[in-house]
Formats: sequence, C-alpha cells, structure tokens
Amino acid sequence: MDIFAQQIINGLVLGSIYALVALGYTMVYGVLGLINFAHGEVVMVGAMVAFSAITFFMGVFPEAPGWVLFLVGVLCAVPVCMLVSFTIERFAYRPLRNAPRLAPLISAIGVSIILQTLAMIIWGRNYLIFPSTLPTDPIILHTFAPDPLADYERTVSITPVQILIVAVSAVLMFALAFMVNKSRLGKAMRATSENPQFAGLMGINANSIIAATFVIGAALAGVAGVMVAANYSVAHFYMGFLPGLKAFTAAVLGGIGNIYGAMLGGLLLGIVESLGAGYLGQLTGGFLGSHYQDIFAFAVLILVLTLRPSGLLGERVSDRA
Amino acid sequence: MKMFNTRQQQIIGFLLVAIALAALPWVAGMLGNSWVRILNIALLYVMLALGLNIVVGFAGLLDLGYVAFYAVGAYVYGLLASPHLTDNFEAIAALFPGGLHLSIWVLIPLSAMVAAFFGVLLGGPTLRLRGDYLAIVTLGFGEIIRLFLNNLNAPLNITNGPQGINMIEPVSIAGLRFSRTVDLFGLDVPALHLYYYLFLALTLIIIGVCMRLQQSRIGRAWTAIRDDETAAKAMGINTRNMKLLAFALGASFGGVAGAMFSAFQGFVSPESFGLMESIIVLCMVVLGGMGHIPGVILGALLLAGFPEMLRQVVTPVQEFLFGAVLVDAEIIRSLIYGLTMVLAMLYRPQGLWPQGKSKAARKQVPT
Repeated sequence: MDIFAQQIINGLVLGSIYALVALGYTMVYGVLGLINFAHGEVVMVGAMVAFSAITFFMGVFPEAPGWVLFLVGVLCAVPVCMLVSFTIERFAYRPLRNAPRLAPLISAIGVSIILQTLAMIIWGRNYLIFPSTLPTDPIILHTFAPDPLADYERTVSITPVQILIVAVSAVLMFALAFMVNKSRLGKAMRATSENPQFAGLMGINANSIIAATFVIGAALAGVAGVMVAANYSVAHFYMGFLPGLKAFTAAVLGGIGNIYGAMLGGLLLGIVESLGAGYLGQLTGGFLGSHYQDIFAFAVLILVLTLRPSGLLGERVSDRA
Repeated sequence: MKMFNTRQQQIIGFLLVAIALAALPWVAGMLGNSWVRILNIALLYVMLALGLNIVVGFAGLLDLGYVAFYAVGAYVYGLLASPHLTDNFEAIAALFPGGLHLSIWVLIPLSAMVAAFFGVLLGGPTLRLRGDYLAIVTLGFGEIIRLFLNNLNAPLNITNGPQGINMIEPVSIAGLRFSRTVDLFGLDVPALHLYYYLFLALTLIIIGVCMRLQQSRIGRAWTAIRDDETAAKAMGINTRNMKLLAFALGASFGGVAGAMFSAFQGFVSPESFGLMESIIVLCMVVLGGMGHIPGVILGALLLAGFPEMLRQVVTPVQEFLFGAVLVDAEIIRSLIYGLTMVLAMLYRPQGLWPQGKSKAARKQVPT
C-alpha cells in the first residue's frame, strides 16, 4: 500500500510533465498531421537555457530567493524555446509541407540531431547539476504503521518541486484548453485542423496559425524542460530524447490530435510507468528490476497502436500516417 | 575502329574493378593501417545500408530501429565465440568442455537467422502501421533491445550488461586465423587485409542478392506496396507476408554485418548500438537514393568515409589555425549528419544518385 500510494504520486508528477510535452505533439499533429520529432529537443533547450539563466542570476544576485530564481529560469527558457521552434517550423518543415510524408519526418530527425549537437557545443557533453532553487526536502504526507517485513520507513512523501510541477501543469493545461475553446486564435486553430482549405477561405492565414501552434507547443515544452531538470537536478544535451518519446506515446495513448487526450494520456502513462517500475521486481520474481522502467512506454505504445490505434479519445488515424 | 566488342568491354571492365578492389587495402595500407580499418568499417556500413534499403527503399517501411538487428547479430557472434557463456553457465561449460569455438560457417548463418527472427518479431505487431507511426514504434523497439542488452546481467548474466562481451575470437577460415599477419603464397597478409577480403566477399554476396531480389517477383511486390499498399493488395499481393519478408531479409543482412563487427572488434557492448547508429544508416540510404542499390552504396561509402577523413583533417587544421582543438571532430560529424538529413530533404529528396526510370517505364507511350 505504501509503495502504491508513493508511486501514484510519482506517477502524477511524471505524468504532468509528459502531458505538457504531449500537448505540443498533439497540437502540431492536429493542424499538420506531422509528428514533430524535434519537440523533445525543445524540452532540452528549455532546461539548458534555464540552467544558464539561473546560474548567471545566482552569480549576480546571490541573495535572491529560490522561487525568484526559478521564475527567472522559466521566463528565460520559454521565449528561447518559442524562437527555436518557430525557426524549425519556418526552415525545416514549411518547405516540405507538400512533400511525401517521410520527408518532413527525416528532416525533423535531422533538426533533432543538429539541436543536440549545438547544445553539446554550447553546454558541453557532461551532466550539468541543475541548481536546486526550491526546497527539496520531502514533505511527509502519511506514515504507515511499521511493518516487521519492511526494512525501510513506510511513508508517503512529496517534494515542493513536485507540488509545483503538478500545480503549474494543471494551470497551463486549463489555460490552453480555455484558449483553444474560447479565444479567436483557438477557433482558428480548430478550423485549420478540421479543414485547412476551408479555413483559408474563411480568411484564416494557415501559415501563421501553424506557426502559432508550434510556438505555443514550444512554450509548454520549455516549461516542462525546466521542471524535468528541477525534478531530477540534472541537465544534459541528450535529456530531451526519452521524455519526447514518452510524451509522444502519451499523445498516441490519449488519441493524437486531441488535447484532452494528450493530458489524459500523459497522466496515465506516468502512473503506469511508476507503478510498473515499483512492482516489476515483485511481478517477475526479481528477474526484471526497476531499471526496465523505460520499457513500459514502448510496450504501451506498441499495444495501443495495435489494439486501439485511435487512442482513448481520438478518431482512427493509423491509416493516415 | 573498335578494339573490343561490348562483351569483351564488359569483361575488361569487370577485371579492372576486381583488380582495383583487390589492390585497395594495399594502397590504403601505404597511408597507414588506420585507413584499412576505415575501409573495413565502411564495408560494414555498406552491408547495413543495403539491408536497411530493403526495408526502407524497396518496401517503403521507415525503420528507425535497424541497429537492433546489428546488435542481435553482434551479440549472437559474441556469445558463441567467446568464453563468456562457458564462464557463467556451468551447464554450457559441461556441454562444451573445450570452450565454445563455433566455426563462422555456423555463426554467420546463425546470426542472420536470429536477426531475421527478430525482424519478424518486430514486423508482426507493426504490420498495420504506416509511415511515421511505424518509425516511432521501430525506434522504440531498437531502444528496448538496447535496454535488455544493458540490463541482462543480473540475476542471470547473459549479456554482461554495460561492460559488454570481451575476448571474442577472431574469424578463422580453414585453419587461417585472422588475428595476425599470415603468410599466404609467399605474401605477408596482415589480418586487417584478410578482414577486408572477407567483408568484401560478404558485401558482394549481399549486393548480388539485393539486385536479384529487386528484379524478382518479390522485389516488384515490394515496390507495389511502397507505391500504394491498397492497390497492391487489390492486385493479389499478400502484403502481410511480403512486409514480413522485407523485415526478415533486411534484418538478416544487419545480423551478418553485426557478426562481422563483433569478430573484427573482438569486443561488443550496448554502447555501439544506440539510436544514432540507426540514424546514420538511414542517412546513408536517404542520401544515396532510397531503393537504388548503387546509390545506397555510394551514400554508405560517403557517410562512412567522409567523417573519418574529417577526423584526420579537422584536428590538425584547428591546431594550426587556433593553436588548440576547439571543436571535436565527433561533434562536427554529428552536425554533418543532421545537416545532411535536413538539406537532402529540402533540396534533393530523391538522393544523390536516384533510381532512373526502368526500361519498361521508359518504353511506355506518354499519355
């Protein structure tokens, strides 16, 4: 029970991050039908820029409180991510909009390698210790009665960083849902994703809507990047790959193209992964341990695509790809 | 006046190419043994690119986890030609009291078969997927294989985890061990050169198989599936079996290349089989010209050879210009791969040397 409750909390934290990144994949897929392979790298850029900004700001104002530093990190990371994503869309995807389907995908992989390499040039190839600006001592929520069989303290805890991650993700997701449903831009986005030609006839400039979609997705990815780095206290040029892949899985799980699906898929995948990692050892009699955590995302991806390619909330898409 | 007729010209051309290929390691060896090594690695990449070309180029199935089959081949060879298994499992040690020393006549087909089995294993559940979905799933598959190789050292030590498998025996054919310079008909042939000839032979076999396949019923079925799967199905092509066959054949070539890599290096570890490797091989296929065998070979040679030359050139140039090495050759290498993919897609999506129209297509009267 103690493991279960703790893993649910960890899963929610992980899931909120996946959900934020998955929104970027799903929105771009919604309007363009393209898997933005370089989206994971935008997450990495966010973390790296925040690292530099926080380190710099700490040097200038050593007395600044932790949350201010964190906010500075986010505020620096988000515009850079938006700019990066805008540039990628403009130069690597837009010219290929009418090309065969594989062309933009291969171009996206290329962009992803270029971004990783540039990050390696700028920040080096070592793991960077992400400054812990927020208190990391766990807050103990519940203590279970001691169990003679367990040799550890049976508690359920959460760190302030984790609380922040869940809260910020929730706020951003609500804001995004509100924007897509209520604002003029959101209406234009929905129209473009439904039928680009007709949206054009209604006076919607498809190019700017697509650019806006990329930029909004990148902003969310930037925030997610800072949160990933703060949660694990490391930043690395390769750190965007796995979260990107898993967030894509989350988007597929929820039904790609559907923003509520991305949120649901993200949270579910996070919980599945955490529970899986927590119980895999017990289930397989110690043969497979928690270091197989990453396999769950891929297993979920393959299962969803074979059993229910439309995802939980989406329409059927496997043939369109 | 013509000196030779067409047939004779062909034979002379063939002989010239054969002599050039046979002499190549000796010429490269004059510049230094590292160049022969580069040649060997380039040949391995040609095998890999040709294997991937079957899946991506012929059948149009984008596979981003191709390196998994390379890894499977390498580990099959590594496990069966090193003391690792007999050291760790008493039952196996009891079965082979003299240690595992399987001949390459067993190991190469076995690596190909095991890799083909994994190809079918991957192909099975992904048959219904197309395009980018397939790409992501295959990418995941490649990562899963790597994760298992990395972690299957406890509780049963099968792959020796991140340390990898050491002391893999070199190839030995008919009593000729490829581990030192051997005296062959009065000529001292270094082991590197022997590997070159072995790799060359395997590459030529693979090229031959690919060319025959492309013109066969199977190859035409693949092209049909690539161009329009629904139409291919309507024409009575068993798309399921054909796709599985593409995966299996492509994987088996990867397996052969992996086994050779293993024997050549004498050491394998999961690190050699990352996603980047899959992407590099894909780059070769894309840059050369998907589906066109000479193009793919060109792409593989260019992308395998160029960065190595760069490595030889970049470091001295930087030292000369700036007095220090500012940017690692490795970094420039991956930058080039990334740029190649983007620029190739933007400006030359069909590759450097794409397939021309076939004779049948050219004969058709334009409508």
